[in-house]
Amino acid sequence: MKILVCISKTPDTTAKISFTQNNTKFASDGVQWIINPYDEWYALVRAIELKEKDPSTVLHLLTVGLADTEPIIRKALAIGGDEAIRVNADSADPFYIATQIADIARQGGYDLIFTGKETIDYNGSSIGGMVSELLDWPYISLAVKFDLNGSVATVVREIEGGEETDEVSLPLVVSCQKGVAEQRIPNMKGIMSARTKPLKVVEPVAAEALTGIVSFELPPAKAGVRLVPADNPAELIRLLHEEAKVF
Amino acid sequence: MSVLIFIDHSEGQVKKASLEACSYGAALAGQLNVPAEGILLGTVTTDLSTLGKYGVKKIHQAAQEGLNHLDAQVYAKIIADSATATGATVIVFSNNLSGKAVAPRVAARLKAGLVSGAVALPDTTSGFVVKKNVFSGKAFAHVAINTPVKVITLNPNSYPVREGEGSVSAEVAPLSVTAGAPKVKVVSATQATGEVPLTEAELVVSGGRGLKGPENWGIIEDLAKALGAATACSRPVADAHWRPHHEHVGQTGIAIAPNLYIAIGISGAIQHLAGVNRSKVIVVVNKDPEAPFFKAADYGIVGDAFEVVPKMTEAVKKLKGIA
Ligand SMILES: Cc1cc2nc3c(=O)[nH]c(=O)nc-3n(C[C@H](O)[C@H](O)[C@H](O)COP(=O)(O)OP(=O)(O)OC[C@H]3O[C@@H](n4cnc5c(N)ncnc54)[C@H](O)[C@@H]3O)c2cc1C
Ligand SMILES: Nc1ncnc2c1ncn2[C@@H]1O[C@H](COP(=O)(O)O)[C@@H](O)[C@H]1O
Repeated sequence: MKILVCISKTPDTTAKISFTQNNTKFASDGVQWIINPYDEWYALVRAIELKEKDPSTVLHLLTVGLADTEPIIRKALAIGGDEAIRVNADSADPFYIATQIADIARQGGYDLIFTGKETIDYNGSSIGGMVSELLDWPYISLAVKFDLNGSVATVVREIEGGEETDEVSLPLVVSCQKGVAEQRIPNMKGIMSARTKPLKVVEPVAAEALTGIVSFELPPAKAGVRLVPADNPAELIRLLHEEAKVF
Repeated sequence: MSVLIFIDHSEGQVKKASLEACSYGAALAGQLNVPAEGILLGTVTTDLSTLGKYGVKKIHQAAQEGLNHLDAQVYAKIIADSATATGATVIVFSNNLSGKAVAPRVAARLKAGLVSGAVALPDTTSGFVVKKNVFSGKAFAHVAINTPVKVITLNPNSYPVREGEGSVSAEVAPLSVTAGAPKVKVVSATQATGEVPLTEAELVVSGGRGLKGPENWGIIEDLAKALGAATACSRPVADAHWRPHHEHVGQTGIAIAPNLYIAIGISGAIQHLAGVNRSKVIVVVNKDPEAPFFKAADYGIVGDAFEVVPKMTEAVKKLKGIA
């Protein structure tokens, strides 16, 4: 069994979001980078649990990013996984990234690919689906539970208005969200061993970026809160009804 | 050339998110001077010809029971084939759970540029530029799609459902498909019937750790019921199992954009705001005047939730004439 977990880096969840160069670039000065929470807490941890259950499992981590993603991928290796691959490229186009991931998946003979639900900066929720199409594999989006029995996966996924339990044979792509696993903090042993785990750097395959970010924009600032005295909640309701007209 | 709109369904019905996609797709078709057509896979009780009033001229329906469960692989092939056959240049999805499952596959299959989470109509004055949500609602990006065929997913509650003049009825054309056998076997499916899904709710009442425990959720539920609102919660509340996980909103939960979000006993951490900052009107009830949430709010009351919220409920009931 070979599992590939897709890891991306995102600004820390508390990072101040602002832009430079005439609103065309994210202002990354002083920004802390973290492993995208969905990749770290859910996709990676569930893959580690599967390996713990079946130690013959090979677990590789993959990121498409420039050299500055290496601290992030090392941190992911400290949580678990045998080795990491970095495709030396940077793109905001999901098709470009998915093409790289699909290529690695084809060459590596993986049975199972995990992604996170979405990156919390680009909010695409699209890489997993694209990779599955490029490989012509089935895709389970937004899994909340994942179990494996031999080469058959049982997955619970979120659907409109409810949940669905599916059974599917590998190979398979799954995007993971809350419920699939519980967050783990890397321990000292993990951090030490991550330093010596292999991190392979490969050059990207030729692919087109089908989209490109032209500019960014911040939402307009709020006008400021209008406070209503605590002894008059009815006045708040009146304002919501008559002034804001929200119901 | 046309704009093709994917119309999804659950519980046998076409829901609001798809109607928004229809309205958006029709407006875009108008902008591009091409017709808007829809595609629906499976069977529904909704009379599809009525979708004409949202500007959709023709709906291609593959009315096979076997297609009622959305299988991303099977769906993507049918939608992509149909887009090619009808000469669609833009394919529109809702960025709901169905759209997230299928749209990326369709885009990859057609090698069409994808922008997910659009919040406005594309700017087509020069090129094709779509405004989308990025940084979990903290910013927008304007993204150019450079391919002849384009795929867009529309964020729920970002574009109004628009009924046109009169009652134009849409032509429903049967779509015959030879869908491959799905590789995914659906073992069971559960629908939370009766409740408004949180992502579709126009009004949301949400509670945080300030409520002290699950036993106190009655005041939240009463206010929600009086308003006809859905309920939500902060992450620690879901983590402590005071409330079900699907109510958790924020950076790591779900992102919502209702017309009204009432936050009760929630401090307003940046990760919480990431999921709710697109709400049109935010109301905060918190006993701490320094709570960061007030900075993101439109209206607020500094006070004890246990005293304030029941009075809000009373006021709503009185206003609506509910005894
Ligand atoms: C990577 C990451 C991701 C995260 N993702 C999310 C997420 O998706 N969603 C999320 O919600 N959080 C998320 N968090 C957690 C977030 O940082 C906060 O810890 C959390 O939102 C706090 O929840 P709370 O406001 O309910 O509780 P608290 O911060 O404990 O706030 C309780 C509030 O209730 C008020 N209060 C107390 N008693 C009363 C009363 N009687 N009447 C009125 N008010 C009262 C207090 O003044 C206080 O402001 C994330 C954190 C991290 C690090
Ligand atoms: N640059 C990248 N390298 C590796 N995996 C990625 C990259 N970008 C996104 N992913 C994976 O795809 C998931 C969804 O990303 P997105 O479609 O951009 O929201 C993420 O949670 C990651 O698991």
